[in-house]
Amino acid sequence: MKTSTSSPRVWTVAETPVAELEHVCFSYDGERVLDEVSLRIARGDFLGIIGPNGAGKTTLLRIVLGLLRPSCGHVRLFGTDVAQFRDWQRIAYIPQKAVAFEARFPASVFEVVMSGRVRLAGLGRRFAAPDYEAARRALETVGMLPFRDRLIGQLSSGQQQRVLIARALVSHPDLLVLDEPTVGVDADAQEQFYSLLHRLNREMGTTLVLVSHDIGVISQEVTQLACLNRTLVFHGSPEEAMRSGALAEMYRAQSWMVAHRH
Amino acid sequence: MPEILQYGFMQRALLAGAMIGTIAPVIGVFLVLRRLSLIADTLAHVALAGVAVGLLLGAYPVAGALVAALLGAVGIERLRTVGRLSGETALAIFLSGGLAVAVVVIGLAGGFNVGLFTYLFGAITAVQPRDLWVILILGLVVLGAVAVLYKELFAITFDEQGARVQGLPVEGLNLLLTVLVAVTVVVAMRIVGILLTSALIVIPAVTALRLARNFRSALWMAVACSLVTVLAGITASFYLDIPASGAIVLGGILLFAGASLLGPRR
Repeated sequence: MKTSTSSPRVWTVAETPVAELEHVCFSYDGERVLDEVSLRIARGDFLGIIGPNGAGKTTLLRIVLGLLRPSCGHVRLFGTDVAQFRDWQRIAYIPQKAVAFEARFPASVFEVVMSGRVRLAGLGRRFAAPDYEAARRALETVGMLPFRDRLIGQLSSGQQQRVLIARALVSHPDLLVLDEPTVGVDADAQEQFYSLLHRLNREMGTTLVLVSHDIGVISQEVTQLACLNRTLVFHGSPEEAMRSGALAEMYRAQSWMVAHRH
Repeated sequence: MPEILQYGFMQRALLAGAMIGTIAPVIGVFLVLRRLSLIADTLAHVALAGVAVGLLLGAYPVAGALVAALLGAVGIERLRTVGRLSGETALAIFLSGGLAVAVVVIGLAGGFNVGLFTYLFGAITAVQPRDLWVILILGLVVLGAVAVLYKELFAITFDEQGARVQGLPVEGLNLLLTVLVAVTVVVAMRIVGILLTSALIVIPAVTALRLARNFRSALWMAVACSLVTVLAGITASFYLDIPASGAIVLGGILLFAGASLLGPRR
């Protein structure tokens, strides 16, 4: 296996990376699921992470989000060690639609979006005008403002996913982390979803990290690709991945996995 | 003045019922949505141990119940976060443990007595002025905490992991919610008894969830359902000479059935 970290990007010395992982490893009950992963995510990157099931993709995300502490190595977010990092509102997370919430949860779209603003508004404080305004604008960005009073469970999967994006955007994050966000979302809605991500990344400059099984879509949209299989197999541009054969290798791993499952 | 309001004990019963009927469903909405309904039942059984100890020592049993339920709340949260037990397992241990302590203490005290019986099945007509004050103060504590931390409690209820990623103190909020459940259980046991306390917390909440169009309205509807059933149950118990606790819970179930049959299809 070959590790390539060369990238066509030119690094400016002064620019602090959004996230930096150095020799990160993680073990569940003695079994190592991540080994010596080193990764730099620069401001404005759209990083796609692909890899077979059990490759440690979600574990890696959970480490970046501060939900798990690595067993070794260092993680820095916006230049600060993760243990000291407190600016969590700069990072937002969009989970798989299916696991995010109960289908029958009695919450309106607007209430859901406002829940992304709780930390920013201050513990024990009431929401104020800027909070409501931010929620309104976030809903406008994802095109869901007309649905603000609808029950979240009554929307289609694609619409629910857009509401979850609005909830993430409401705190104006610098880094948006997405874990298999299009699972269970129909093809049309997926297309809309990716064009929204494209806009967020290219027009608003939001750094995106996206984990997906969908290698085809991901390699078209992202600016950086990381292939993970317990270790970092490849990190670079999608074009390089294609040339180096890393992508083909991932395809094989995936088709083996699919064939194995059925 | 209707006959029911001419007696001091019935005035106190209705007043206590109205206060408890406001607090219990508010907590219930959060518990039901987080699939933690069993916590109420568990803490009720732990509170029973406190009542038994209180009766044995000749102390105010409600104080004993409050101490036991609060200790139980902290213990459950510790087991869940530190002890690596699943929530359900921790609850099962505390539920049977609380009941076991109660049975042993009752044995030491020389068997059942009438006092304990009123805590088991509820005795709203036995509410004393002192109880009213206790219910009022504890009730204000619960409602005040929910009012101040409403948006935080909504966030951890809707998506606990999302709340964690935002940097909210999820463990602290979980502990707070469990403590509020403990207080609510102690307040509610006076009217429906320990055995039916979780029904008072859970049933109006479940009914409201069938009808509500947003979270805020779910809370208000739960309170409305609860007040209707509590006041109707107490009234029915007075005129029909049936136990208030049973009447309240049966009324709540009827309302739930009605909401399920006639409410919007989802």
